[in-house]
Amino acid sequence: MHLAFFLSAAEPAAEGSEHSILIPELPDLIWGSIAFLLVLIVIIRVVMPNVTKALDARRDAIEGGIDRAQKAQVEADARKKEYEDALAEARTEAVRIREQARTDGSAILAELKEQAQAEAARIVANAQATIEAERQNALASLRSEVGSLAITLASGVVGESLSDDKKASAMVDRFLADLEADQKAKAKK
Amino acid sequence: MTSILLATADGQGSGEFTGPSIDEFFPTPILFVGTPFELNRIMLIRLLAVAVLILVLWLGTRRMKLVPGRGQVAMEFAVDFARKGIAIDTLGEKDGKRFAPLIMTIFFLTLAMNITGTIPGLQIASTGLIGQAIILSIIAYVAFVYAGIRKFGVGKFFKNALWLPGVPVFIKPIIAVLEVLSTFIVRPVTLTLRLTMNMVAGHMLLVLCFLATGFFFDMIVNGSLWGLIGIGTFAMGVAFVVLEIFVAALQAYIFAILTAIYIQLALAEEH
Repeated sequence: MHLAFFLSAAEPAAEGSEHSILIPELPDLIWGSIAFLLVLIVIIRVVMPNVTKALDARRDAIEGGIDRAQKAQVEADARKKEYEDALAEARTEAVRIREQARTDGSAILAELKEQAQAEAARIVANAQATIEAERQNALASLRSEVGSLAITLASGVVGESLSDDKKASAMVDRFLADLEADQKAKAKK
Repeated sequence: MTSILLATADGQGSGEFTGPSIDEFFPTPILFVGTPFELNRIMLIRLLAVAVLILVLWLGTRRMKLVPGRGQVAMEFAVDFARKGIAIDTLGEKDGKRFAPLIMTIFFLTLAMNITGTIPGLQIASTGLIGQAIILSIIAYVAFVYAGIRKFGVGKFFKNALWLPGVPVFIKPIIAVLEVLSTFIVRPVTLTLRLTMNMVAGHMLLVLCFLATGFFFDMIVNGSLWGLIGIGTFAMGVAFVVLEIFVAALQAYIFAILTAIYIQLALAEEH
């Protein structure tokens, strides 16, 4: 029994068949070709376009994401640089303005000082000129008055007797009183 | 299937063991009997495999999303394995994309037809019939000859393939004869026989294991302790099912990658 088992197992094809394992049969070839063509058509018309589309879409998504990130990065960098430039500019501007203000202030101060000095000088000069003029004036009037006074006094002395001390002193007193009255009258005028 | 059942039934009745025969692959026709489109059980299994394959390929790639779900990841893995792993990695980006549909068809078709050998209820691979293997081999053959002639023209293609550089002139004719044999005769024949015989042998092994298991368990029923051997044969059968799943995928891969390599050799500038 076991011998029969091993024998028949060793030669499975020994029973003799009208079919051969090495010679293809027509239905096999026909249905095999149809099967191949069907699958080929499905792969060419359906699978490949779908797969290519999906892969392209995925690559676009990934590369698009990277592109967008890079663009945003570049933009942010530019914006940052812009702000930094503006900040630096503002800082130099402030320094410039402060410097300007300081020079302007000192200039104004100097000008004012100069003006004040000029004014003071002008006032002093005016006063001196006035004093000088008045002094000249006084000198001129004194000179003419002293002359006439001397003449008046001399004529008085000559006209009156100068022997009496009392007369002489009355004479001088009268003269001085006249002179005083004259002065007063002049001052009133 | 029926013959397996009959065989076990016979074994039970007479106590004689009947092994599996090649007739496993030639059951009685069911449809279109007598025409060239005759359909028997194996042809129906082949068409079922093709229908399921087409359905899977169609539904699996119909709405591919940017962020794939679980099903799409599996589908993309399978498609990418054939498209990138076999076609593009062997042939390079440009030629790989050109021949990818052909190589993918060979891979998926062979895989689908092989895998039915281990699916319960079907349990036979329609690639065990030599016709399918011959068709695929002819297609691979035509593909690599076409690729070479398209690129180099008839004369330069055959000169590249046969008249090898760096060989002494007086040996060149001998080498050329050997190259004709190896390139244009041995290649398609080995492609065909490797696939068919792997599937036939796998099927025979499985049938033998399970027939023997039934036979030995009958012996236990009849009171013989020799029947305990049946536990061993059953374990062997389970192990061979696992092996056959692996062989189904391996043979599909081998057929596809050899096709790609033959095309690549035909496109190469020099050997």
